[in-house]
Amino acid sequence: MLLIECPHCGPRDETEYQYGGEAHVAYPEDPSQLSDKEWAEYLFYRNNPKGLIAERWAHAVGCRRWFNVVRDTVTYEIKAVYRIGEPKPEIGGVK
Amino acid sequence: MAEQLLTDTTALRRSPLAHLAQQMHEQTVTGERGVALREIPFLTMVGIRVAPGTPAADAVAAAAGMPLPTGHGRVTGTAGATAILWIGPDEFLLVGPEGVGPAEIGPAGSDLRAAGSDDAGTAAGLARALGTEPGQAVDLSANRTTLELSGPSARAVLEKSCHLDLHPRAFAVGTAVATTLGPVQVLLWRTEELTWRIMPRASFAEYTARWLLDGMTEFASPEVP
Repeated sequence: MLLIECPHCGPRDETEYQYGGEAHVAYPEDPSQLSDKEWAEYLFYRNNPKGLIAERWAHAVGCRRWFNVVRDTVTYEIKAVYRIGEPKPEIGGVK
Repeated sequence: MAEQLLTDTTALRRSPLAHLAQQMHEQTVTGERGVALREIPFLTMVGIRVAPGTPAADAVAAAAGMPLPTGHGRVTGTAGATAILWIGPDEFLLVGPEGVGPAEIGPAGSDLRAAGSDDAGTAAGLARALGTEPGQAVDLSANRTTLELSGPSARAVLEKSCHLDLHPRAFAVGTAVATTLGPVQVLLWRTEELTWRIMPRASFAEYTARWLLDGMTEFASPEVP
């Protein structure tokens, strides 16, 4: 089980969290101008790196806040935890 | 017809665990390995959402008569009277004795801010103290019920199903956190050295009580070496 450090509550079991997919996927500025293909890419297409990825988690049973995590998909090691709105930390290889 | 209108509904209330009160009492374990479970029904709970450090937070703290807790696990006030638990960075739960909150709120849909003036510390009083500042104070008394687990073995019972470190060095008296007990989301609050409050949502209360009673059973027998 992953031990994830909530920025507000500290380390808790993975089962206390809800997973929210890849972080930093910006909403299109003008969705009505997008083609179906571009809209589908916004909705469904995500990076699937072997290595570091920034993703969103919510501390569902605790403080109920969303935050970002940089996790290594190979080792499951969590490299960084930062709050929503904060810039992505500079760690080599984050996509 | 007017004389048939029921204005005091207190007698009709049923706490979520009223039907288990007898069983909880019977399964009390005494002695060195003692542990007891009981329900503290109908505590007043007020959900507070304000951003700390704002005029809204100051107004709520003044109306509640105590500062808002400043971080994870912290509690202000006292468990015996009124206390405020930290839930999230801008979310708090005021827990007070039975009967100070809901009765003051009035019929559903009435203007909370128009309530009487002697209601400081209630949902209505806190909402009125907020005025037009951003934030909210909502009566949540029916959301959760309160279980009290006490005795020398209380921590051992909890540790069977809670993954947090409950040792006093990590979880001192006066700490309250939101976590899971078994599969149930609860607020876990250490009110005294050997006394814990467990606050599950009302619909999970029976499950939680039976779960704890099951965990208490082994302490009625001598310890297996």
